[in-house]
Amino acid sequence: MSTLLDSHREDASRRDWQHILHLDAALLFGLAVLSTLGLFVLYSAAASDEHLLIRQIVRLSLAFSAMAIIAQLRPQWMERWTPWLYGIGLLLLLAVLVAGDIGKGAQRWLDLGFVRFQPSEMMKLAVPMMVAWYFSDKRLPPTGWRLVIAGALIVVPVMLIAMQPDLGTSLLIGSAGFFALFLAGLSWRLLGSLALVAAAGTPVLWHFMHDYQRQRVITFLNPEQDPLGAGYHIIQSKIAIGSGGVFGKGWLNGTQAHLEFLPERSTDFIFAVLGEEFGLVGIGVLLLVYSVIIVRSLYIATQAQDTFGRLLGGSLAMTFFIYIIVNTGMVTGLLPVVGLPLPMISYGGTSMVTLMAGFGILMSIHTHRKLLAT
Amino acid sequence: MAVRVTIKDYLFESRLFMQRSVQALVFSGVLIAILFGRLIYLQVLAHEHYITLSDDNRIKILPLPPNRGLIFDRNGLILADNLPSYRLEITPEQVHDMDATLDALSQLVNIRDVDRKRFEQLRKRTPVFKPVPLRFRLSDEEVARFAIDRHRYPGVDIVAGLSRHYPHGPLMTHALGYVGRIDERDLQRIDTSDYSGTTHIGKVGIEKTYEDILHGSVGYSQVETNAEGRVLRTLVRTPPVPGHNLYLTMDAELQNVADQALGNRAGAVVAIDPDNGDVLAFVSKPAYDPNLFVNGIDSKTYTALREDDKQPLFNRVLRGQYPPGSTLKPFVGLGGLEQGITSKHAHTFCPGYYQLTGKARKYRDWKRSGHGTVDLTAAIAQSCDVYFYDLALSMGIDRMYDFLSKFGFGERTGIDISGELPGLLPSRQWKRATRNLPWFPGETLIAGIGQGFVLTTPLQLASATAALASYGNRKKPHIVASTQIYGDIELTPLPVEPDPYIVIEDRQNWHDVINAMHEVVQGKRGTARKVGKDAKYQFAGKTGTAQVFGLKEEEKYDAETLAEKLRDHSLFIAFAPLDKPLIAITVIVEHGGSGSAVAAPIARTIIDQYLLKPES
Repeated sequence: MSTLLDSHREDASRRDWQHILHLDAALLFGLAVLSTLGLFVLYSAAASDEHLLIRQIVRLSLAFSAMAIIAQLRPQWMERWTPWLYGIGLLLLLAVLVAGDIGKGAQRWLDLGFVRFQPSEMMKLAVPMMVAWYFSDKRLPPTGWRLVIAGALIVVPVMLIAMQPDLGTSLLIGSAGFFALFLAGLSWRLLGSLALVAAAGTPVLWHFMHDYQRQRVITFLNPEQDPLGAGYHIIQSKIAIGSGGVFGKGWLNGTQAHLEFLPERSTDFIFAVLGEEFGLVGIGVLLLVYSVIIVRSLYIATQAQDTFGRLLGGSLAMTFFIYIIVNTGMVTGLLPVVGLPLPMISYGGTSMVTLMAGFGILMSIHTHRKLLAT
Repeated sequence: MAVRVTIKDYLFESRLFMQRSVQALVFSGVLIAILFGRLIYLQVLAHEHYITLSDDNRIKILPLPPNRGLIFDRNGLILADNLPSYRLEITPEQVHDMDATLDALSQLVNIRDVDRKRFEQLRKRTPVFKPVPLRFRLSDEEVARFAIDRHRYPGVDIVAGLSRHYPHGPLMTHALGYVGRIDERDLQRIDTSDYSGTTHIGKVGIEKTYEDILHGSVGYSQVETNAEGRVLRTLVRTPPVPGHNLYLTMDAELQNVADQALGNRAGAVVAIDPDNGDVLAFVSKPAYDPNLFVNGIDSKTYTALREDDKQPLFNRVLRGQYPPGSTLKPFVGLGGLEQGITSKHAHTFCPGYYQLTGKARKYRDWKRSGHGTVDLTAAIAQSCDVYFYDLALSMGIDRMYDFLSKFGFGERTGIDISGELPGLLPSRQWKRATRNLPWFPGETLIAGIGQGFVLTTPLQLASATAALASYGNRKKPHIVASTQIYGDIELTPLPVEPDPYIVIEDRQNWHDVINAMHEVVQGKRGTARKVGKDAKYQFAGKTGTAQVFGLKEEEKYDAETLAEKLRDHSLFIAFAPLDKPLIAITVIVEHGGSGSAVAAPIARTIIDQYLLKPES
């Protein structure tokens, strides 16, 4: 356990501030720009509600702190504790199903007396960690039973979360696990077969879906069918984005947002506010910052020195991407409405802390490398 | 095969991972490119579309209804006005306890159960921040009572609007008509966008015929609203264009005198200026108060009006079709002269009855003892039936039809009020077409004295009289003289439409007939000599007594024993002054009895008023 935080064994020549603080300048810069941009958009989306803005700033501080703390942990230590984290997470998911609190029609919360806790958030990190841990001492690319076991490690928590039901999170965790598998070298032929099975399984999936989930799919396929009901969100967000044009209507001037036509404008649909007020240019800037973060994260993964670091880092980078593409795809009407926030911009707490913890892990992986003799 | 040992090949795995990372990056790049493509579609290509949708979302168009044009008589006296009317409105979201507020309000203003019920119904269909009307047309007293206590009722307001008002009540109603709430039928004939915000529309009379001119054009105010529909601010305001004012040809004073002269009797008076077709008086009695209809008449009052025996809702001037009786004789006589069938001095012996050769039936003269030998002048002055039986027979129905139709008998005059009926001028073709029967000579006889099939409206008769007075220079009767743009002093006259001139064979014939009509009122033996005796001007007239009830050959007409419903209609046509006619008039009194006794004095009173203006 003495290796938890030590960095004295690293080469003296690389002891710049990034390695002393175990932070990554590029990621930190990207995330800071992102949060600042996010606060501006949120201020407008929330109709200049300062209390809401302050709460978001408090959360951001909390999330950045979590990132900084986790960055101090050595990857080897994290690797050692991964099975425990995963095991506890799985037990908590079962506990939620049995004794969870109901919020917005779904059981997602676990009331521990002093704090309400969402175990699915923890699994966003625990699942890719577990897959990375499982492959860390195995020969890659994975084949046979190892694939089955790794698949089971992913599917079990995904199913448990889907049963809550929380489609967005289970989708996210599923793709985190999938990307760990993909980066580990899952063969393309198998990937193709899986895609076929998934396509064939869609009707079965439809059968098991909840009514509201089916409604979302129907709404996605034809939002105009029910313009004042389920289709309202998508129609209004498309109007917001489309009416923004190239340069946008200007900060605080979005009529869709400020006259309350756009629902969920400070949470899941905040991307539409950005699109309305800052236009294509504003969205371009946001996507650019996101791309910088994703590219930097993937780069960090490729520079990792062991399998655990690589797979975990790469999976976290791709999870971040999935967040972005699912949210923006939903708001622009490319994907069905799935309750996922826009990372670092949407108002909301738990997912932001988890997300930043992920970046803490990435920074830890990058700053705890040993210098190899070349 | 088992050459490879299961140790990790770090270099290989590192390269594999690099490869997969690049693939993942490419995958991400493709998806982001798709997203960007979508954004370019939404924000660049379909931008205009979505800007429109966004504006549609936030910008609501509120109609601003125009003020309806006013209606004046020929002297500028107002006949249809827009008066401020007050309604009580409640904005539900500003009221804490609605029931308590309604109870308290009912102490100040009269709130009936129906008002309250309608209010509750409307309230359910209205957003809470929009005012809901509770009472319309508050009295001044109610307004005052509420104004004092106003501070105690937040969310309760008195709102001023304009409501159509007819200051003369029933006097003008059959000409003016009235406006009422727009209903389903109206919606089918109007441009609904032009009427957005307008609540009332002309239902009958001038209000209906001149609806387009009176209504004006709707204005708009563009307001920005939020998703709930609450108005935040006004962006653009296009004011409405008020309707044009109308100046009528009618003279309210003359109308009033005519109305008074007719009294409580059912009937009609039409006065026309023969020079130009101006309708000077337009009276149909009994009448009703048009103000009752403006904001919805209650069913009890309406039923009472509709079931009234004297039919106050019936527009007798336009739609009353009466046998013209002897008032047709001057026209038939003129036809005889103009067509060369008779001459001024040709005479006929009147024994008190007439018989067709070879037929036993006797066609009676109103004067049992007969008129003796009469020429045209005497026949008109004394209204000899036998003379006209004889003339009609010589003329025949075809020539009679041809000549009388030149005066507009049997067809609508085309006055600028809708709903007119055409009357009936019978012909061989008409009888064949409608009854599939041949024309009988006996029918020609009674047509010659304005009985039988012949029917005329009071307006038609007045118009024909005006045509006679002006020596065939027919003018289409019209009731609106000119229009006036809101705020202007200048009047724009409407064009006077001439009807086809009547081609005159010999002006002397007209002169002779007119002189005979002069004899009627101011001659020694005229049927209406009492009426014209002391007149300060020379004039012409003709009495008529139209049978409602056919008498058997030997029966004697006795007004006393006949029920009022079956008594004769009393008619009179006249024009004055004789040398240069300024007014042509028709008076019909339903079941009034003889024309000379009832209708003629009424006409005299009206002509006196018009030519001498004793009352002004």
